[in-house]
Amino acid sequence: MKLLVPVKRVVDYNVKVRVKADGTGVETANVKMSMNPFDEIAVEEAVRLKEKGVATEIVAVSAGPAACQEQIRTALAMGADRGILIEHDGVLEPLAVAKLLKAVVAKESPDLVILGKQAIDDDMNATGQMLAALLGWPQGTYISKVEAADGGLKITREVDGGLEMLQLRLPAIVTTDLRLNEPRYASLPNIMKARKKPIETVKPADLGVDVSPRLTVVKVEEPPKRQAGKKVGSVQELVEKLRNEAKVI
Amino acid sequence: MAVLVLVDHDGSAVTQPTRSTVAAAQKLGEVHALVLGAAAAAQAAAQLPGVTKVLHSDAAQYAHGLAEPIAALLVALAPGYSHLLAPASAGGKNVMPRAAALLDVQVLSDISGVVDADTFVRPIYAGNAMATVTSADAKKVITVRAASFDPVPASGGSASIEAAPAAEDPGLAQFLGAEIVKSERPELTAARIVVSGGRAMGSAENFHIIESVADKLGAAVGASRAAVDAGYAPNDHQVGQTGKIVAPDLYIAVGISGAIQHLAGMKDSKVIVAINKDEEAPIFQVADYGLVGDLFKVMPEFEAEIGKK
Ligand SMILES: Cc1cc2nc3c(=O)[nH]c(=O)nc-3n(C[C@H](O)[C@H](O)[C@H](O)COP(=O)(O)OP(=O)(O)OC[C@H]3O[C@@H](n4cnc5c(N)ncnc54)[C@H](O)[C@@H]3O)c2cc1C
Ligand SMILES: Nc1ncnc2c1ncn2[C@@H]1O[C@H](COP(=O)(O)O)[C@@H](O)[C@H]1O
Repeated sequence: MKLLVPVKRVVDYNVKVRVKADGTGVETANVKMSMNPFDEIAVEEAVRLKEKGVATEIVAVSAGPAACQEQIRTALAMGADRGILIEHDGVLEPLAVAKLLKAVVAKESPDLVILGKQAIDDDMNATGQMLAALLGWPQGTYISKVEAADGGLKITREVDGGLEMLQLRLPAIVTTDLRLNEPRYASLPNIMKARKKPIETVKPADLGVDVSPRLTVVKVEEPPKRQAGKKVGSVQELVEKLRNEAKVI
Repeated sequence: MAVLVLVDHDGSAVTQPTRSTVAAAQKLGEVHALVLGAAAAAQAAAQLPGVTKVLHSDAAQYAHGLAEPIAALLVALAPGYSHLLAPASAGGKNVMPRAAALLDVQVLSDISGVVDADTFVRPIYAGNAMATVTSADAKKVITVRAASFDPVPASGGSASIEAAPAAEDPGLAQFLGAEIVKSERPELTAARIVVSGGRAMGSAENFHIIESVADKLGAAVGASRAAVDAGYAPNDHQVGQTGKIVAPDLYIAVGISGAIQHLAGMKDSKVIVAINKDEEAPIFQVADYGLVGDLFKVMPEFEAEIGKK
């Protein structure tokens, strides 16, 4: 089985972002960037499928500026075989990314694409579902388990109220949830080896995809600030305040 | 043109997040509701104030909420609507982007505000920034952050119910089963009070301390990711950027440090209480009432105290 794993370069999850003073977006200059955490989980799952002999080749793809090479290298160091950078400097919305990935799928013919469920910068939770739609493939979103079964995939999804099990035909799209696995750290030898693995660079135009955004950002603002309240000295005081001051119990 | 709301229901009642979605939809035009499954749910939807028509289908292909057939149906219905909305529930988030891509539209995920028919507010970066965006797409496909819109009442309306047209079933995925925990407690995203436990609970058994207090308060139970990952609480209890977004009247965080990803899911609560033994814990920066102490000592006392009238 051949796997495609899209990985996004995002502001590291530990960074508390600041809204730019002019309200055009958030400050991303001189901020630590990393692979989207859900994509690390996707790469890890791909590598495990390869270790189990289910997968034969893993291709990591990232769309964005040239610096996305770093995230592709991380995927290669974790165990992906080669990378594709779709180089583009402007905004890429999920629909545009899905179209780019569709074009890559047409060239690479993977059996399974494993994406993260959500990019922690735009919080869209959309690209995997959109790619599945454009390809006419089944989608298994928010998965916490995946196994090859009956010529397809058996997946477990995290849904409201609990878990759900689906059987998907191949080729298919899945998106990872937090509890699918715990991603490994790349070892130093593997980081060295990854430097020699190939990364191909293409442009959206080479793939024949129009990536013009559909959304215009009018403004970006700070959310209303919450004031820290007071510390109470005892349980009695807390309950008294909740009853008589806040009137919530 | 009217707007269409895809309804979440439990086989009879319409969920509260759906009623919040109807409230958001009312700002955009006349509201029609699409109900897939039990006829009782269609009748419940017909009573929502503001809904003028209910489209209903109990075709087997929609029984388990699979994205592929439902997205196909939404696409078939789309010509009659300017906006298609669903709550940002696990179901809505699964289906709506698929429908949007089929319509060649960029989905608007998890909106927290409606400015006008083309312009919406949505949180980004775990709610650390609020983006106002205008969509140039001819049709808008939207998921709605329920906590940001006051739900319409469950009754008061009287819409007509019509059969939804049949769309082709792409037959790409098959439902094998589900493990859904039926709880007597209120639903997390609809509850007036939420009591959440974190890593500090230490075990699934100890998590009963949270459940017991929740039951005394008629509250829902939530958890941090760390508590869910450790198996102390089920996955759908997770509150946060990548879990559920809640905004109850009262949120009680017990043994939760207050990571940005957790705050993202609860910082819009009206009153926040934090119980933590570390007085430096970031959760205290958003808490209206903070109590520094060992939860294993504090919580039994708290439970006893709320029992007194
Ligand atoms: C991509 C991504 C998405 C994430 N999404 C979410 C999400 O949706 N929701 C979420 O919650 N997290 C999420 N996280 C994880 C988040 O970053 C934190 O790791 C997590 O919230 C920590 O959980 P916690 O507060 O229970 O544990 P900890 O941070 O370990 O905090 C435990 C707290 O308990 C206190 N404590 C210990 N013992 C006691 C005691 N006896 N009495 C009282 N207090 C005590 C400690 O002082 C500490 O403050 C996400 C992370 C990533 C990378
Ligand atoms: N620019 C990108 N390059 C590669 N993968 C992406 C990109 N944007 C989104 N993805 C993938 O789509 C997932 C969901 O992103 P989103 O729909 O933006 O929340 C991510 O976890 C990635 O797997």
